[in-house]
Amino acid sequence: MEPSAYPVALQVECLQKGFNGKSVLRGVDLEVPRGSIFTVLGPSGTGKSVFLKCLANILQPDAGRIRFDGRDLGAGDSAAQDEFRRRCSFLFQSNALFDSLTALENVALPLEQTTTLGKLEILNRSRDALRQLEMEEFLDQYPAQLSGGMQKRLALARAIVTRPELVLFDEPTAGLDPLRRNAVFAMIAKYQRHFNFTALIVTHDVTEALVASDRVALLNQGRIAFVGTPAEFSSSRNPVLSLFRDSAQALGESLTEIRRSHPTP
Amino acid sequence: MGVFMSIIRLMLHWLGRRTLRVVFGVGDFSLFTGRSFLSLAQTKRLATRIARAVHEQGTVCLPVILIVGVFTGLVLGLQGYHVLSRFGSQGLLGTLVSLSLVREMAPVLASLMLIGQAGSAFAAELGIQRNTEQIAALETMGVNSHGYLVAPRLVAALIVFPIQTALFVILGIWGGSISGSVLLGVDSGVYWSAVHRAVEARDLQECFMKAAVFGLLSMSVCAYQGFHADRNRSAVGARAVSACTTRAVVLSSIAVLVADYIISSFFV
Repeated sequence: MEPSAYPVALQVECLQKGFNGKSVLRGVDLEVPRGSIFTVLGPSGTGKSVFLKCLANILQPDAGRIRFDGRDLGAGDSAAQDEFRRRCSFLFQSNALFDSLTALENVALPLEQTTTLGKLEILNRSRDALRQLEMEEFLDQYPAQLSGGMQKRLALARAIVTRPELVLFDEPTAGLDPLRRNAVFAMIAKYQRHFNFTALIVTHDVTEALVASDRVALLNQGRIAFVGTPAEFSSSRNPVLSLFRDSAQALGESLTEIRRSHPTP
Repeated sequence: MGVFMSIIRLMLHWLGRRTLRVVFGVGDFSLFTGRSFLSLAQTKRLATRIARAVHEQGTVCLPVILIVGVFTGLVLGLQGYHVLSRFGSQGLLGTLVSLSLVREMAPVLASLMLIGQAGSAFAAELGIQRNTEQIAALETMGVNSHGYLVAPRLVAALIVFPIQTALFVILGIWGGSISGSVLLGVDSGVYWSAVHRAVEARDLQECFMKAAVFGLLSMSVCAYQGFHADRNRSAVGARAVSACTTRAVVLSSIAVLVADYIISSFFV
């Protein structure tokens, strides 16, 4: 079978990770279909970012198996890991932009350092990525000179410039207001269709995730408690899911109540 | 007796743990430096990055080297004159100033100045890059972070430290001539001929070897501390960056002085 024809982009089996004797991931099993937007939901502090960082090899898992395109990314197989890095991008919660480089230099960096493309080709591809994210006017700006939303777009431009097959999004809407949260998910959905990459998102924003995703999973107490479509997620009577949905809804209502009792002057 | 044995056991336990930590640290540091040099082959646009690092360590630090070099020479000339005049040997002032600078003072003081300015900035920059996940971002992109961030600075140190040391020597000897000849009346011809006679090729070899070793050692220590700013368990965030910068300056200064003694003992 050709690797690219493999229907499952990413397969995780019994992934475990702990810190100082405290177990965070207690055996995560997951399959991410190729070309889909897959969102892993879960309350804060449940290990979503740890899970993603284990996938991206930023953290070394204690046990378990990760397969990309059917190929095991086990420790010691550096060729498989290099291949994975070439075909995968990671969008950090903090964006992790290089503050001493301009927007254009930030986007060009992965091409300059990991490909054999010529200067002109790198420049064209970087400009193209920034144009597609409507950031053409800000080529010479430094990340600190950009707004939070624009920094997110710049980080996405850097993530897609290498034309990855899989993009990992770590809490892409953290710290953003509801309008911007919507905009970020809409942006991910738009570019996922445009570039046809597989998107794996971890977030705790239920409403936006359910609208934008093809499939969702719930990570609870270090294990996957649910996997299914957004419709199945909304209608499921699984008690863990109900609790999570209710707490998210309750938070929304309490915020609305606060807004009503303290109207903006 | 039982209490005494327990105290001895605790002390041995503490000593063993500290020793293991030091051995682990030295081994890890050596691997870090080795890995950085090996990754040079994988780094693209290396010349540009080395040129930028040479600018950071060379051009930016030049004023402080020039000022310290001149004043070190002035002080050496002044103090040397008063010591030598007790024995009626003012004519040897050129010898004293030049040999002190070439063999010891220039490589050590220039390195300490460069550590204070370029090394601390380097450690802080890497510490911030570690804290803000920029180093992790490089690694997820498949960019060799050692090759991209560390190796060009180490190569630049091998170029810049000897050049800055040479400038320090020249300005120091010139400073010595100002205080000795211009201000205190030592004959200028006597001073410069003493300099000419005193400094031999072996002295210059020692001087430049020290400068290159100090450069490599100090910048590696600064890089190691900044690169692993997140390993500090007692401080996080901005405090971790300040802690790693302080540690980088202190440890690299100590490393320079220890290396100075070792190299000097081979040349004396």
